[in-house]
Amino acid sequence: MPNPVWFLTVALAAAVTDPAPLPLHLRDTGLYEQGSGTQVDPRNLAFSPQYPLWSDGAAKRRWIYLPPGTAIDASRPDAWDFPRGTRLWKEFSLEGAVETRFIERLSDGSWRYATYIWNEEGTDATLAPADGTTTRGGYVVPAEFDCRACHEGAAVPVLGFSALQLSSDRDPLAPHADARTAVDLQALIARGLIKNLSLSSQPRIAASSPVERAALGYLHGNCGHCHNKNGSPVPVELTLAQSVTEGAAGAESVLRSMIDAGGRFRPHGATAAARLITPGNPDTSVLIARVRSRNPQTQMPPIGTRLVDSEALALLERWIAQKSSAPEVLKSEE
Amino acid sequence: MKRFVLFVLAATSFHPAFAADGDAAKVARGKYLVTTGGCNDCHTPWHIGPSGPEPDMSRMLSGHPESLVIEQPAAVPAAPWESIASNTHTAHSGPWGVSFTANLTPDPETGLGKWTLATFTQTIRTGRHLGRGRMILPPMPIPMYRNFNDEDMAAIFAYLQSIPPVKNRVPEPLPPTTAVTPATSGTR
Repeated sequence: MPNPVWFLTVALAAAVTDPAPLPLHLRDTGLYEQGSGTQVDPRNLAFSPQYPLWSDGAAKRRWIYLPPGTAIDASRPDAWDFPRGTRLWKEFSLEGAVETRFIERLSDGSWRYATYIWNEEGTDATLAPADGTTTRGGYVVPAEFDCRACHEGAAVPVLGFSALQLSSDRDPLAPHADARTAVDLQALIARGLIKNLSLSSQPRIAASSPVERAALGYLHGNCGHCHNKNGSPVPVELTLAQSVTEGAAGAESVLRSMIDAGGRFRPHGATAAARLITPGNPDTSVLIARVRSRNPQTQMPPIGTRLVDSEALALLERWIAQKSSAPEVLKSEE
Repeated sequence: MKRFVLFVLAATSFHPAFAADGDAAKVARGKYLVTTGGCNDCHTPWHIGPSGPEPDMSRMLSGHPESLVIEQPAAVPAAPWESIASNTHTAHSGPWGVSFTANLTPDPETGLGKWTLATFTQTIRTGRHLGRGRMILPPMPIPMYRNFNDEDMAAIFAYLQSIPPVKNRVPEPLPPTTAVTPATSGTR
């Protein structure tokens, strides 16, 4: 007969260290109201980043849940510390919902990732296999390690819920962005959900023109989680993530890592002169070649897309065509 | 007596010589795993030696030589043949196109010089280039090598960082003549 105190202690320890298995149904993750499979619980806040990730044209809805009485610690403005128990969901729709991705911060501080696949009727979504699958005649559902490949490259695995992404000073030229977000930085601070954020103004990317601002924003939202300097980036000298604390100097360092930069990737037939961005010449810029490609060995981003983002490609081409090699003044206000 | 033992333990734990011994043991373990695990079979260019084809250890683990330019996939014979290797064993042509073996030496510009242990471990575990990029192509045995435990990963990486750097820019893979999905799954 085991000692009951010992037994209880072990059981409690196990409960604390081992999270419950992922629910088999999305409706059991806390997204929806009790007893509903589609009505979002009002405790979950809808939001919309100003520089959204391109996902082959899928429409997206996003929500975040913070445990009652908790707040995000924004002492590090570029790397928010989310409370244990934070949950986020992102629903992908083509003609109706296809999948809803879910990430959760556990009691030990680690994050876990899952996705739920919707049935054709849109009435129920079930847990996808951890090693990925396809659905609806070819729609690719990510593997768990694909989730980690993108989310764990950044300083914080929450990519679309940050000071820049939720800034009230929204970029009107950002591709595929909702005109406004249901909850922005000001509202979050006012509600006490973000603490210790020290910024003199609403974050905005410093740029020499509105087109440059939008281009840099697109690269931040789509590429910055692997190409950054404060997370666990890929080992190439390229910074595409913007900092909300560094102002023009930060944007300048991003530009410096791209403009006239050699880079590791060299296309077949290219010489050492191939540059990531050649000012004034998008057609010889390696960045454009890779954004335009959907050869799986060449394309950028390498994960999560099989269709070219034509709107963004046009924006980037326009920006590079206008870009000059001469020093330009980067402004972070009108 | 107990106090003395504790003192000795503390002294040995923090002495740099002991740390160096630990590093040497880790590198030795990594060398053992690399040499028995077949890494030189593809990542070291082969040449014809006195006894026939063999890895050219003067270019140990430096990957496909950039001087050997390959611009097209090879014409693969009829089934059951599926892939063809170059005479260096560093280029492999198959349904995936042409893959070129990576430079595993610590050269900062063309090898693993800027990698961290995390980059290396993520690369082997996910099968993604640089840990986060495109899928790594056959014949790299990712499905087997991803089973190395963390300790062995660290030992292999420590050894690879200790070998002589070789400057050799390995080309990007060539696409197949007709598009196919890469053999290793997981892209989305």
